[in-house]
Amino acid sequence: MSARLIALGIAFATLVTVPYWMPGDYYINVASQILFYAIFALGLNVLVGYAGLVSLGHAGLFGIAAYATAYMLQTGYGHTAAIVVALIVGIASMAVYAVLSLRSTGIGFIMITLALGEILWGLAYRWISLTGGDNGISVRTRPEPFGFSLASPNTFYYTTLIIFLLSVAAMAVLVRSPFGASLMGTRDQPRRMNALGYHVWMIRFYACLVSGLLTAVSGILFVYYTQFISPQTLALTSSAEVLLMVISGGAGTLLGPIVGATLVVVVKTVVSGFIERWNFLLGAVFVAIVILMPEGLVPGSARLWRLAWRKLNAPAKTAATEGEP
Amino acid sequence: MNFWLVLTANSVTFGGLLFLLSAGFSLIFGLMRIPNLTHGSLFMLGAYVGATFVVGLLGFQLNFWLAAILATLAVAAVGALAERLLLRRLPGDQLAQVLVTLGLSFMAADFCLMVWGGDPLNIATPGGLGGFVRFGVMVFPAYRLAIIVIAIVVAVGLWLLLDRTRLGAMIRAGVDDPDMARVVGIRVSQLFTVVFALGAGLAAFAGIIGGPILSVYPGLDQDMLPLALVVVILGGSGSLLGSFVGSIIVGFIYNFGQALLPELAYFVLFMPMLLVLLLRPQGLFGRHVP
Repeated sequence: MSARLIALGIAFATLVTVPYWMPGDYYINVASQILFYAIFALGLNVLVGYAGLVSLGHAGLFGIAAYATAYMLQTGYGHTAAIVVALIVGIASMAVYAVLSLRSTGIGFIMITLALGEILWGLAYRWISLTGGDNGISVRTRPEPFGFSLASPNTFYYTTLIIFLLSVAAMAVLVRSPFGASLMGTRDQPRRMNALGYHVWMIRFYACLVSGLLTAVSGILFVYYTQFISPQTLALTSSAEVLLMVISGGAGTLLGPIVGATLVVVVKTVVSGFIERWNFLLGAVFVAIVILMPEGLVPGSARLWRLAWRKLNAPAKTAATEGEP
Repeated sequence: MNFWLVLTANSVTFGGLLFLLSAGFSLIFGLMRIPNLTHGSLFMLGAYVGATFVVGLLGFQLNFWLAAILATLAVAAVGALAERLLLRRLPGDQLAQVLVTLGLSFMAADFCLMVWGGDPLNIATPGGLGGFVRFGVMVFPAYRLAIIVIAIVVAVGLWLLLDRTRLGAMIRAGVDDPDMARVVGIRVSQLFTVVFALGAGLAAFAGIIGGPILSVYPGLDQDMLPLALVVVILGGSGSLLGSFVGSIIVGFIYNFGQALLPELAYFVLFMPMLLVLLLRPQGLFGRHVP
């Protein structure tokens, strides 16, 4: 347990000091991207990992929050109003999304969420009077809470970090709570949970709302980071990217989506510097992970680590048991 | 008045094209229980490969119909390979299979962009069908009529295959109850390969046949996949009649939606699908809920 505390302390210290040891603004911005994508991945993980529901339309929900923020700012409202409205719109859309998609589980859920994601993308793309179509909407300024401007990479990074840490802490509490336990129950044994008197649908619905909140938060951070939103953000590719973050890191673990987000953002940033074919690589990594390491990197390496640990300790243990009468 | 007639005729044409695309999608979904997310890519791949033959990028030009057949066979082989090499490794794990098809669709999209570039390719209307057909006061392009005829011929052919042959009986058995089909000695996993190749070939055929009216461009896959999805959810998976009726309905909604409510075209397109999901989750003609 103390080893875990030390690791957490090191990770925390690393995150807090990022602007001091990173070589430039560019890298600090990459770190901010990793953090808000990690929040997005944590949000999707609530459904994919803990509820066993694979959503392929989450980029649509991410985009709704981003569009709501941009639209409010464009029509002349302040940042506070924009953020509050974006959160409300994000969660309300998630509620509708959940009511429609939770009629089904498994493959049916994938298909409905895929279709809903495509509808949202189609609306963003075609409803030009509202969204500006392919031209998107620009956001001119970042907020200045209490006179603390988020315009510089450093301040934006720290804001994102605080929200990220809050999200991780909330997830850690959620997973260990009775609600987390019942959610995983509905994933593993829905019929038994039903027989035990749990309202399976309601538990899944609440999980969707939690997921929607994190998704909306990350969408708002995204639109303030890029200061621009266009339909491309809502495309199926984006939904697949965040799903890849969750699955590659390890669905149903707290650390997995964070590791996955780091991996995907770094690979994407680094790779797109060299070649344009990011989508080909994304697809190939997807296929490789699903076939070779379906459990994801975090549980995969944890398993290897345990295996190595046991191998190292095994001779000593067998010797001890043999010594006893 | 003419506007409505032309719109109606275009809707039927598009419906025919959608049927060619979604019949395979529906069979794969019915048998393997997975939405094949590469279906749009197979459509686009067929269109690109066919266009390559027709335009003569490889140094020799082919007749349109010969090119269509070659492209169909090539893409069917690709489909069979993908099933054998990748999906086969994940038996019974439908979630993983869907994700693999998703990954493959990204690879295919980028592959097409790499090979054929970003500019749209236009496929010339095949010889003899470039003209118009007159019905009283109405003038209608001959090629669009040809698509309707081809779709009907393929529909009848597929129906004969499924309803009158031994292979068709095996496929139907696999769709209805895969476990029981295995028990009575049908090698369902081999059917998977056959149906996947058949579906891939049909999608590619639709791609090249649709080429002269849709042209071929990057993103065509993303335009077609949701349509196939809507058709199959509307019609019900694994049902030929379902895909036929669903295709015609979607053809009408798509064309009328584009013409009358261009800003909400996608919304109008997906509304009937949501209604069906809410009121009749197995689709209009489907047997089982996905």
